[in-house]
Amino acid sequence: MITFLTLLYKEVLRFWKVGFQTVAAPVLTSLLYLLIFAQVLEDHVKVYGSLSYTAFLVPGLVMMAVLQNAFANSSSSLIQAKVMGSIVFILLPPISPMALFGAYVVSSTIRGFAVGLGVLAVTMGFTSLGFENPAWIMAFILLGGALMGTLGILAGLWADKFDQLAAFQNFIIMPLTFLSGVFYSIHSLPPFWQGVSRYNPVFYMIDGFRYGFFGISDVSPWLSLSVVTICFICLAVFAHALLRRGYKLRA
Amino acid sequence: MTPAISIRQVAKRYGDLQALAGVSLNIEQGEFFGLLGPNGAGKTTLISALAGLVRPDSGVLEVMGHDVQRDFRQARRHLGVVPQELVFDPFFTVREVLRFQSGYFGIRKNDDWIDEILVNLDLADKADAGMRSLSGGMKRRVLVAQALVHRPPVIVLDEPTAGVDVELRQALWRFIQRLNEEGHTIVLTTHYLEEAEALCGRIAMLQRGQVVALERTEDLLRQFASHALLIRLADGVALPPTWALLATPVDEYWSIPFEKAADIEGILTRLRESGCIPEEVTVRQTDLEEVFIRLMREGKAPAQKSEGGT
Repeated sequence: MITFLTLLYKEVLRFWKVGFQTVAAPVLTSLLYLLIFAQVLEDHVKVYGSLSYTAFLVPGLVMMAVLQNAFANSSSSLIQAKVMGSIVFILLPPISPMALFGAYVVSSTIRGFAVGLGVLAVTMGFTSLGFENPAWIMAFILLGGALMGTLGILAGLWADKFDQLAAFQNFIIMPLTFLSGVFYSIHSLPPFWQGVSRYNPVFYMIDGFRYGFFGISDVSPWLSLSVVTICFICLAVFAHALLRRGYKLRA
Repeated sequence: MTPAISIRQVAKRYGDLQALAGVSLNIEQGEFFGLLGPNGAGKTTLISALAGLVRPDSGVLEVMGHDVQRDFRQARRHLGVVPQELVFDPFFTVREVLRFQSGYFGIRKNDDWIDEILVNLDLADKADAGMRSLSGGMKRRVLVAQALVHRPPVIVLDEPTAGVDVELRQALWRFIQRLNEEGHTIVLTTHYLEEAEALCGRIAMLQRGQVVALERTEDLLRQFASHALLIRLADGVALPPTWALLATPVDEYWSIPFEKAADIEGILTRLRESGCIPEEVTVRQTDLEEVFIRLMREGKAPAQKSEGGT
């Protein structure tokens, strides 16, 4: 337990020490999205009949920031340690694969949560949010962060160089998050693309999260919760197996 | 007594490269042991296999009787490794790094021991300095400190003095010698053969993934004749080809090994008979460097004992 807590504390301290870059910067980015999109679309778009576009957009931006930063945390920590060689400091001690997995996932979830909270704090003044069901909000923010933290472990283990990780981020994570319904309700899409969106797990994270604020969503929050939970468990089992095998860590 | 380190028939291949080709050796508790060999001989691979960073294709490695694969927790708890690469975590201070390293081994409050290590490694005034701000020599010492936080009985140092200045090197060796006197088993690789000669009680030489010599340091030196005659010939005078097998060129001298003082006369007589009049003659002890060079050229020690105990 001491092993796990130490590694967790170190991982949290790692991003917190450069918090300007890891927490403040993504909050600012989200604020810029809000200012631009809300300015352009506020008077033109109503979602679910009555919801103002800005209100619709805010939870989406919060969740997108949570997901992207949770992913960035574990993946960048691992790739940095691998490239710089400091990974030996966690390979030499007797750290179990489970403690390793847990510390990276929980620290990533914490970073996602911190950034999400920051985005919410600076954007909620632009609109009125419902907070209909805080339990759903918490469930999706934590589960989504954990899922993306796990995906970050996989990407960080797989990548040998920074540019490979950047490719993973730009060609997989960015499209998945941008095409997940952050900026639009999938009901506004042509039927074909509505169908495609349903294969994107990020869609369920955003949709379920939004349900927590407004009590309305594209699909049932229970369906979203199930999809996200199942995806998380699958990725977690896979990541744990790779850590146990020492995939790309122990030659 | 359980050996500190037991290595049996360990092999490891990377693609076409046979990094380790069936290495076997035992290192007893309390030894100061040297692992020597040219670059690429397999020293670092062997150490990495011991530390669990590399998984061997076959063979068994044990630290204090604990298998490094099956019983990895106990094995790693008993082993401290100073890696060869000068690696560091740039985000943290020296003290933070050492606290984390303690925590990874399950040790919660370790500041007394950390302070002691810092004092001994002359890092006390750098405890709160960021890793990024340290000089290369200081970073090297932090690596040593990190290997010691959990008080391992077996300490492996892979090239600990590479790129470290003379004064610091001596301070480092004094500290490591003290650890050895306190009962720690020390295994080191180094390119400075005079260090190995002065410090190590026993030496293994590796070449192309195989142990080519495993002896007490003085036995190793004795096997290669304990003395050598250094002769310098007049300019333009060549040593007759019949001598070439015996003599080794060292700078502008020829080094001719002998065993007893009485042999010197015979050597000089035979030289004179072949028409070589030495301009200068000196006697000197064979040093490890010469042994090393000859072993690496010939591939095997003359009368290698099978597996050496001390």
